[in-house]
Amino acid sequence: MPKIKLSDNTINIIKEVCAEFGNKESELINVLHKVQGKLGYLPAEVQEVIARELKSSVARVYGVVTFYSFFTMIPKGEFPISICMGTACYVRGAEQVLSEFKRQLKVEVGESTSDGKFSLNCLRCVGACGLAPVVTVGEKVYGRVAPTQVKDIIAEYRNSISDVARSA
Amino acid sequence: MDVINLTIDNKPVVVKKGTTILEAAKGIGVHVPTLCYMKLDDLNIENKPGGCRICVVEVQGRRNLAPACCTEVNEGMVVNTHSIRAINARRTVMELILSDHPTDCLICAKSGNCDLQSMAHNLGIRQIHYQGEQSHYRKDTSPSIIRDVDKCIMCRRCEMMCNEVQTVGVLSAINRGFNSVVSPAFEMNLDHSVCTYCGQCVAVCPTGALTEVDETGKVVRLLSDPTKTVIVQTAPAVRAALGEEFDLEAGTLVTGKMVAALRRLGFDYVFDTDFAADLTIMEEGTELLNRLGRYLEGDKEVKLPILTSCCPAWVKFFEHQFPDMLDIPSTARSPQQMFGAIAKTYFAEKLGIKREDLVVVSIMPCVAKKYECQRDEFKVNKNPDVDYAITTRELAALIKISNINFNSLPSEDFDHPLGESTGAGVIFGTTGGVIEAAVRTAYELLTKKELPRLNFDELRGMEGIRKATIDFDGLPINIGIAHGLGNARKLLEEIQAGKSEFHAIEIMSCPGGCIGGGGQPYHHGNAEIIKKRQRAIYEEDGKKAIRKSHENPYILKLYEEFLGHPLSEKSHHLLHTEYFDRT
Repeated sequence: MPKIKLSDNTINIIKEVCAEFGNKESELINVLHKVQGKLGYLPAEVQEVIARELKSSVARVYGVVTFYSFFTMIPKGEFPISICMGTACYVRGAEQVLSEFKRQLKVEVGESTSDGKFSLNCLRCVGACGLAPVVTVGEKVYGRVAPTQVKDIIAEYRNSISDVARSA
Repeated sequence: MDVINLTIDNKPVVVKKGTTILEAAKGIGVHVPTLCYMKLDDLNIENKPGGCRICVVEVQGRRNLAPACCTEVNEGMVVNTHSIRAINARRTVMELILSDHPTDCLICAKSGNCDLQSMAHNLGIRQIHYQGEQSHYRKDTSPSIIRDVDKCIMCRRCEMMCNEVQTVGVLSAINRGFNSVVSPAFEMNLDHSVCTYCGQCVAVCPTGALTEVDETGKVVRLLSDPTKTVIVQTAPAVRAALGEEFDLEAGTLVTGKMVAALRRLGFDYVFDTDFAADLTIMEEGTELLNRLGRYLEGDKEVKLPILTSCCPAWVKFFEHQFPDMLDIPSTARSPQQMFGAIAKTYFAEKLGIKREDLVVVSIMPCVAKKYECQRDEFKVNKNPDVDYAITTRELAALIKISNINFNSLPSEDFDHPLGESTGAGVIFGTTGGVIEAAVRTAYELLTKKELPRLNFDELRGMEGIRKATIDFDGLPINIGIAHGLGNARKLLEEIQAGKSEFHAIEIMSCPGGCIGGGGQPYHHGNAEIIKKRQRAIYEEDGKKAIRKSHENPYILKLYEEFLGHPLSEKSHHLLHTEYFDRT
């Protein structure tokens, strides 16, 4: 994995989050949750800062990051696309929707497009089974998605800039 | 006092509230099999994640079987440790563990010493009924330790040692479910991590997942090379444990047999690291007196307490974890490295051979010594002062390979001049020993008076952190002792905070000191073995004619003929070192 150099700003963001939770090792999961919320992902260098701030070991931080599937060490795209693979969505054709996304974006599940615009993931049940199959892009939910609509969904975001990117 | 009455295997038992079924059973001589569980009494080391489920027992009225290691007893409890249900469950658990374990026992480094192997044998496993996926991981090799994680059974003993006892924090369980495994962060290699190579993970691993780098083959080849003069040094703790590999009672001293065995293996000279330990005391003791003298004269710059520097894992620990304190430990090299430096100069000159033609092998209770002798500062033109460091276990293997009947060997003496040592050198092998040896010498050098006594019981024992004040003829000297790196960390943080009351502190990485080293015969969780080795070390000290380092005639001769005096320019060059910030 190539080393990345964190900006002072990023390091400060991490330190602030740690301080908010009293720099306590017992708050590790909360810290990881919040830092990922702010940075989008938890690369090794970020985990090293967190370990130092919480006086924990990097191995332990990495242990927690790899234990919970919610945490990711791979940068998410500007617009993270998730396809629900829960039972209801699956039986109503989520797999075909997923393969259409893979074909259009030319990425596999868990990867991001080379321009960093989109990332593709699967998840289990967003609790909107009545709308199956469900796709989420960022916070927005699309229901009863057919493979033919995939192209339009991608087009909606292709030329826009996300809120996160705008504020950065 | 709250007491609990219960029955185990039809026997009535009365125990304290809070006792586990496992401990209650042990109290009446009922042995419940365990695998992940490990407890080292007196050292405050316990591992009971309740993970392996080998120790399940049947409790009347309870739906599920209970893990004996982490289930507390209740009033009126009726326990059956060998009901058909418990036995079947244990066997099933074992078969499931084995279904994801390589079956190369015949050629495994741990064969014959493997807790998993003996447990499978004791449970009478003759067939594995489950076939499924097997985990495969990259083998990780470092200068000292090999990780072959395919053999890991997730008992997590190593993780407990690395985090709780040593506070090094290299190993952690990562991933989840079938994919979970113990690993350094980001699955990096050990040699990229802050691992100190203390080897305590190796000492407690129940399988072949963690082992030392085996260098016996290289030593055998060198011994048969007619162009090389091969000499050997033996660390003090080896003689108190080697016998265990040959079925002798723990704590049996085998110094004479060990020397005889090394001679039969073909070493040209059999020397003693204890000699170099005496030399260490001369240098380190003088350094202590220098710092102390300057301090008493009011020098505010002087660094106190002085910390011992014999233990390579401890050195690597503070280089990684306390880079702001590199000027506090003594600059004295470890006895192993002092021996190597003297052997390849003074002794090579005596023999009239080039250093390249002299091979120094050391027998160590330690796996970190393998790493230490590879450090660049201990090499001259890429030729190391110590060529190979092999463990007590590796020496036992060499003796067995060479058809030497160890137990019938006569007792033989070390060669001269690097084989003569005092009782002070011997006690380097146990926690508290280095500082006691230093006190014996520093006292007499400072006060110019003879010590009224030689045994300092206040410095001995197994407590993780010990403190004592020794009266240096009116001058009270405060001594601290820590063994286990977690205990060392506590004393270091005191120094960092400016709250340390000590003048000198001895630190050993391994619980018990070198007698509990990562290269010693496996103790299989029995702390009694480590205590017996400690008694043996003090027994050997008591038997020595000379018990103070500065009275070793060969040490005096070495200074007279070669080094001049302690802390001389030559001593600085050959016997002292520097430390590096590794953050």
